[in-house]
Amino acid sequence: MDGPTNMRAVHCVICDVAEGAIEVSMRIALNVNGQLHEVDVDQDTPLLWVLRESLGLTGTKFGCGIAMCGACTVHVNGAPVRSCSVPATALQGQAITTIEGLAAAGSRHPVQQAWIEHQVPQCGYCQSGMIMAVSALLAKTAQPSDEQIDAEITNICRCGTYERIRQAIHSLAARAGSAAGAQHE
Amino acid sequence: MNKWTRRAFIATGGLVGGGLALGIAGIALAPNRLTVMGDDDGKSARLTTWIKLAPDSTLTVLVPHCEMGQGAHTALAMMLAEELEADWATVRVEEAPAEDAYANGYLVRVFTPGMAHVPGFMERAVDFASLKLSQRMEMQVTGGSTAVRATGELGMRVAGATAKAMLLQAAAERWQVPASECVARSSKVLHSGSGRSASFGELASAAAKLEPPSRPTLKSADQYTLIGKPIPRLDIPAKVDGSARYGIDVTLPGMLYASVMAAPVFGARLASVDESPALDMPGVKRVVKLDDAVAVVADSYWRALQALRRLTPSFTQTGDSQRSSESLHKDIVAALEGKESKVDYSSGDAVARLSGAAKTVAAEYQVPYLAHATLEPMSATAWVTADRCEVWTGVQDPLAARGLAAKVAQLEDQRVTVHNMHVGGAFGRRLPGSQDFVEQAVRIAKAMAPKPVKLIWSREEDIQHDFYRPAVIGRFTAALDAGGMPVAWVSKFNGAAGGGDESPARPVYAIANQDIRSTRNNTHVRLGSWRSVAYSQHGFFNESFMDELAHAAGKDPYEYRHELLKDAPRQRAVLEKAAWIAGWGAKPPPGRARGIALVAGFGSIVAQVAEVEIIDGRIKVHQVWAAVDCGRVINPDGAAAQIEGGIIFGLSAALFSEITIRDGRVVQSNFADYPLPKLVDAPRITVEFIQSEAAPGGIGEPGVPPIAPAIANAVFAATGQRLRSLPLRLA
Repeated sequence: MDGPTNMRAVHCVICDVAEGAIEVSMRIALNVNGQLHEVDVDQDTPLLWVLRESLGLTGTKFGCGIAMCGACTVHVNGAPVRSCSVPATALQGQAITTIEGLAAAGSRHPVQQAWIEHQVPQCGYCQSGMIMAVSALLAKTAQPSDEQIDAEITNICRCGTYERIRQAIHSLAARAGSAAGAQHE
Repeated sequence: MNKWTRRAFIATGGLVGGGLALGIAGIALAPNRLTVMGDDDGKSARLTTWIKLAPDSTLTVLVPHCEMGQGAHTALAMMLAEELEADWATVRVEEAPAEDAYANGYLVRVFTPGMAHVPGFMERAVDFASLKLSQRMEMQVTGGSTAVRATGELGMRVAGATAKAMLLQAAAERWQVPASECVARSSKVLHSGSGRSASFGELASAAAKLEPPSRPTLKSADQYTLIGKPIPRLDIPAKVDGSARYGIDVTLPGMLYASVMAAPVFGARLASVDESPALDMPGVKRVVKLDDAVAVVADSYWRALQALRRLTPSFTQTGDSQRSSESLHKDIVAALEGKESKVDYSSGDAVARLSGAAKTVAAEYQVPYLAHATLEPMSATAWVTADRCEVWTGVQDPLAARGLAAKVAQLEDQRVTVHNMHVGGAFGRRLPGSQDFVEQAVRIAKAMAPKPVKLIWSREEDIQHDFYRPAVIGRFTAALDAGGMPVAWVSKFNGAAGGGDESPARPVYAIANQDIRSTRNNTHVRLGSWRSVAYSQHGFFNESFMDELAHAAGKDPYEYRHELLKDAPRQRAVLEKAAWIAGWGAKPPPGRARGIALVAGFGSIVAQVAEVEIIDGRIKVHQVWAAVDCGRVINPDGAAAQIEGGIIFGLSAALFSEITIRDGRVVQSNFADYPLPKLVDAPRITVEFIQSEAAPGGIGEPGVPPIAPAIANAVFAATGQRLRSLPLRLA
């Protein structure tokens, strides 16, 4: 697949609409879950709403709109980003991953599997963002300390599933530790 | 246990494709909670068509409760499958559609013997003026921690047992053997003598033609194979890959998006608005004026929100715009000091016993207004045409939402369909009486007909237009005898607690003389049910005050409570267990201190020990141990999750959240000024259950109330400072 940087051409569309208002939108290309999508967006439209409304990827949730709760967390080039507070126009050429693309179709990412094993979700609304934040942390730091977990995972879960989140992260870290140990032997 | 005082009416019907559809008609619940009575009173709630059994033996359980993370879908399906002897691998759950047939008004009947009072969580749904409770039986509510203890115990189990009896009968007729020689096991019927077997699916259509038994035999606890096991929740897999669909996730062809701004002062109306700043914006379709709000409809949510933010509507001035937290506080104090009060509970002669007591102790506590702050903001999608209305949303009572939508759309109920989706947190916010977002969505969609419209509230709208946990002040005086034990307990608070023997305002301890009163205060702030309802304040008040009494008596707070629970063996066992698992007698690690609290409500008893440390003047909760007696535990892992979550929810009230009022409106607007606990704030939690054969109690709410007093009591142990106001803040 060609890199998305080849698709950075942007064109503005200015046209009269029925009500007489001026519609200003831009066509941009976004690389989401390994696929290029052309979408019309306003200059300031947050990525969150492009994912949800233009691409139908509703697994990424709206919670606060000010990057505090983390329900909208996605990966941009592997790093956790709160999609409610970053304009989609700034993300052309970047690799965006949503909860729907975290694992290959029909399989589960280890974090998703651990979330089932530990029965983490309750209402589940925050968990897409939580899983994206945790998977990004573990990709960077396979065996985080409690202090690192506390510092990095700042998403809000209103149902209060934190005890299980912590247990699930520790179990993933322990597995990473034993896998690393096995490799050294 | 398995005694029906009257006949249960059970209805059956064939299922397309030759399966069995079974439900129960005419079951209502007698006040003693353990019997089933018939429909001879002419207005019993109906529970129909809960079971669908397909020819391949796939069992679909239709649950008349929403799934909001509390695990009700799984727990109720377990109860039905247990009695039916269904193979758990064949079980699917669907939420019952919002139709009259699935009304569960029986929940209210359970808790309103003689309809003398209404359970707290339903207060907003009841017309107190005429007490037209019977008309409110057409509800399909999830609240009050009732799903398992009412629908499960008295409905799902009976439905499962009935279906099993019919399948056994069908097999017996097929094989020409006595039904008593047939047994059901793992979705099959077996005949031991001949070794023959048939799957439930093979027998379903024949079973559906049989007369259901009037008194199905329920299993005894020692026969359980599912109940009591930590069964993984059926709703969880879809919640880890983004595929679970919530109300906010609905997409319809040609759908428009709406953003709304309601009058900031409760009760004010929209006076005027210059629409042009919004209409000039790209994608905007219309500005819709509502009685007390203005909405912008556009071709995307972001555009609707941006356009709405350019509007400067004026709202009518009301006297309430002068109100503030301080003035509301004064109003409560005036009510408490006024002559008018209502007896909530009374025994002995408490007031007289105060004079001449060896010692008296007095204290005043208070809690602020609180928002629910469900992580899924209020949202509803409505589609109104000339003769139909469809609504997609997440609510705790889709039948109430249907009635509301029908009223607004001016259609008959039958012309309205409500699709209840996964609920992204509710905690009482989405009960009948507080479904204002559904009403708004239908009004806006009516203006935009025939286009469907998705309404999404901003977080700011959500925090500022909730139905809040009331602000409450409680004043307490107790008399102690020469040995330091309480002989009289006098308390007064504003607002309603419930009243009677099971009033949340009553202490759980043996105190001979009690005088508990409530007063009414006028507030313009919209009030609603907040997870654990009145227990959220009275648990804090009563258990803080008990700690003060123990201290005044010079006794250990655990030992003091223990002595007062001599004649309450269940409560005492829970207290003992919490103390045991926390190692109460042992010294906590250096710098840390522990507090204990016990609250009984919703048919369950929970005691918690909190271990805290004061770090840089802030309260850090390191660990919480919880002991729970909720009767027989249906799904221990799911029940533990509810207690863990309840502790964090209670922690938000104990240490973090507060709604204040200035110029008549809510000051806070988002998580920056309405903070909630995060992972860093979450204590480690240990939950243990009492092994019990008692009827199941509630589990969604009872974990909430004990944590605030347990923390406050621990802070006192650590610092000697008695904090009497939530959220707890050190001086």
